Amino acid sequence: MALQLVPHNTKIDFVGGRFITFCLAIFLAVLGTSGYFNGLNFGVDFKGGHVLEVHMDKEPDLTTLRENLNALNLGEVVIQEIGTPKDLMVKVELQDGDDSAQGNAIEKIKAVLGADQQYRKVATVGPKVGGEMVQNALKAVALALAAMLIYIAVRFEWQFAACAIVALAHDCLTLLALFSWAGLEFNETSVIAILITAGYSINDTIVIFDRIRENLRKFKKLELKDIINKSLNETLSRTMMTATTTLIALTALYFMAGPVISAFSFPIIIGITVGSFSSICLASPLLLYMHLPRGDSSSDTVEKSVNLS
Amino acid sequence: MLQLSKMKLLIIFGTCLLGVLFALPNVLDQKTIAKLPLFLQNTVNLGLELRGGSHIQLEVDLKSAHKDYLSHIKDEVRSTLRKEQIGYTDLKLVTKDKGNVTLTLLNSNDFAKAKKVIFKIDSYITIQDLSNGNLNITFKEDALEKRNKQIIEQSIEVVRRRVDESGTKEPNIQRQGEDRIIVQLPGVEDPAEVKRMIGKTAKLTFRLVDNNAQSVNATEDGKPMGVAPQGAEYLMTTDHKGNKYFIPVRKEVKLTGDQLVDARITEDPRSGQPAVSIQFDSKGTRAFAEISKNNVNRQFAMVLDDTVISAPVFNEPITGGNAQISGRFTYKEANELSVLLRAGSLPAPLKVVEESTVGPSLGADSIQHGKQGVGIAFVLVSIFMIMSYSLFGAIANIALTFNIILLFAGLSILQATLTLPGIAGIALTIGMAVDANVLIYERIKEELRTGVKVMVAIQAGYKRAMTTILDSNFTTLLGAAVLFEFGSGPIKGFAVTLALGILISLFTALSLTKLIIYLWVRNKKNLTTLPI
Repeated sequence: MALQLVPHNTKIDFVGGRFITFCLAIFLAVLGTSGYFNGLNFGVDFKGGHVLEVHMDKEPDLTTLRENLNALNLGEVVIQEIGTPKDLMVKVELQDGDDSAQGNAIEKIKAVLGADQQYRKVATVGPKVGGEMVQNALKAVALALAAMLIYIAVRFEWQFAACAIVALAHDCLTLLALFSWAGLEFNETSVIAILITAGYSINDTIVIFDRIRENLRKFKKLELKDIINKSLNETLSRTMMTATTTLIALTALYFMAGPVISAFSFPIIIGITVGSFSSICLASPLLLYMHLPRGDSSSDTVEKSVNLS
Repeated sequence: MLQLSKMKLLIIFGTCLLGVLFALPNVLDQKTIAKLPLFLQNTVNLGLELRGGSHIQLEVDLKSAHKDYLSHIKDEVRSTLRKEQIGYTDLKLVTKDKGNVTLTLLNSNDFAKAKKVIFKIDSYITIQDLSNGNLNITFKEDALEKRNKQIIEQSIEVVRRRVDESGTKEPNIQRQGEDRIIVQLPGVEDPAEVKRMIGKTAKLTFRLVDNNAQSVNATEDGKPMGVAPQGAEYLMTTDHKGNKYFIPVRKEVKLTGDQLVDARITEDPRSGQPAVSIQFDSKGTRAFAEISKNNVNRQFAMVLDDTVISAPVFNEPITGGNAQISGRFTYKEANELSVLLRAGSLPAPLKVVEESTVGPSLGADSIQHGKQGVGIAFVLVSIFMIMSYSLFGAIANIALTFNIILLFAGLSILQATLTLPGIAGIALTIGMAVDANVLIYERIKEELRTGVKVMVAIQAGYKRAMTTILDSNFTTLLGAAVLFEFGSGPIKGFAVTLALGILISLFTALSLTKLIIYLWVRNKKNLTTLPI
């Protein structure tokens, strides 16, 4: 007997439970909006600054190290362990002055940490580059989402695209909430994480919408509410299967693929979960309010099987 | 019954075979790869963060280049109007916005004549008559763009030559956005030296020293003590003892470093110190001979980026096109200067706006971790698929395996750069690649429940899942295309991996698994249930 994640004849009333799920969605969206005002923990990619990743030959005393680095008067210094106690990440703001002032700052930090330590990464990002990166990334994301929505509007009806937008906005806001309130660093890979979430969510939504469209044609007399429920239940097995395989892969990354990829996978794990939720519990029930054109409802064309040659 | 055309079979198996072939070099060592035919030698291009090295982003200061050029035009206007004996006043360079040069003609009737001679200076400029003899000289809009493009291209070329001279292997230098240049130096752990070399403008000019003024000392804040005569400027230099002082140098440039064919390190025969010997091209040789003939016993200055590095006297006409620059160089400095002179001068100053250096150990660790993560993701997803769909799950896993192989083949052929998020993208592809198969299998299961025959259920499953698969994948593909077009750096790389992943999963799900399933069903007569 094969493993069955979801029994095949579920009759869950997703549409009936919409007030609960809408409330949850609104709560997450509010959390995200307030997160935006709470501010994001922008990484060096975005706000500019210096980052050093160093592998120390012995476990350092962080308190002393912090004091010594602060004594350099380079502004705020952030020291973080990455992975092991011997692996440190040191972040400093950009210094006033020209290129040489930036180089000097790095030399001073290296002198405190010890010149013969193993420097695994040293990076400097100018403020202008950082600002542009945010803008370019956001522009690319916005355009990509717009293109996808136009496609949905063309292939389906504009009402479907409208519901997809709401679900997408919800997913992005939820991730924003995560980044802001959990204080996760927001850098260029975070934008990619949001993109993956949005892409996955829209994919998921389309699969369900596709079934709704099909059932709308098949069962012209059935109430919209029942069609939505029927379609959601019919596709539930697929929704759960794909979400599970994706989450399995991501969880493997989270635990096994080292600190950088691990940090990258975490928001995607949340994003995939939220994306599945919004496809089922937000985008689809919302169709109820969209006055979908139903066409002629005189007869049900019940297709038993497709014509096969 | 099912008809499988030979052609279709050939294409499907051919594609898989080619995929294996093109992905293979990625798991071979360098020596074995070198023995392969050339078209098979491509491997996935590892990003700097994975292989280690330096990444430098430079900004070309177009504004400053632009200002220099306008100031050159101003000088030309002055000398042209003087030559043509057209009276003018108030010749000014305005640096605001795009910059312009303004002047007032003493006699506004001279406008037509003035316009004619000024136009001859440069084809890029345009002149407006602002009444009362006021003239406004600006660049033509399209000319400005053309010039900016030239400056960037030329800058890239010079940077490339300088980096090549520095001995870095496989550097990657490319334009980024409007006015940026990205320099990637694999394996370089300390970019300070390369950065210094790249950043120098290295504009070498030969000018005469002004006879009507004396050298002056520097003030406390490093400015010359005195004002240079008209048409000359005070430029800094250093004497034998290392003291800084200023020499009055004519602004007129007699000859530039652009007319060199060679520059190499040599030894000053008198002092035994390192020096740089230069060789002019034929045009430069003639010009140098002319200048030295007309100015015997006069002092001239070799100026590098606003500093006089040497100011010898022409003892006799120099006709061979050879000259020696002997400043007070160390061996390293002389060598660097010769490299810079060979590579040519930058048309505009460059500024480092971003840099990062990744040590080789971090890259190796990331690859190691990435392999581990991707491998475990693959195994777990495979187990889960078999648990869920038994034999059909195993068939989907064959497709998944080819998915990864074809993805690596595609990345190798396209020479796309694999970055850290790219590795995560591969793992994600593993999770999502089974989606098409899941959609089909779920449909087949639904059809089976309506009680139709096995073969009918399979065909209906494929047919009905098709629109969904195409719609959902096309949307994502569209998104990836937009990201590729408008994104930069890692986002672009991610878009390539994503698009490749989608196309390949479409191929494996709609051709490969379908084929295997059909072949399997064909060999089993009288099937009543499916292992799904």
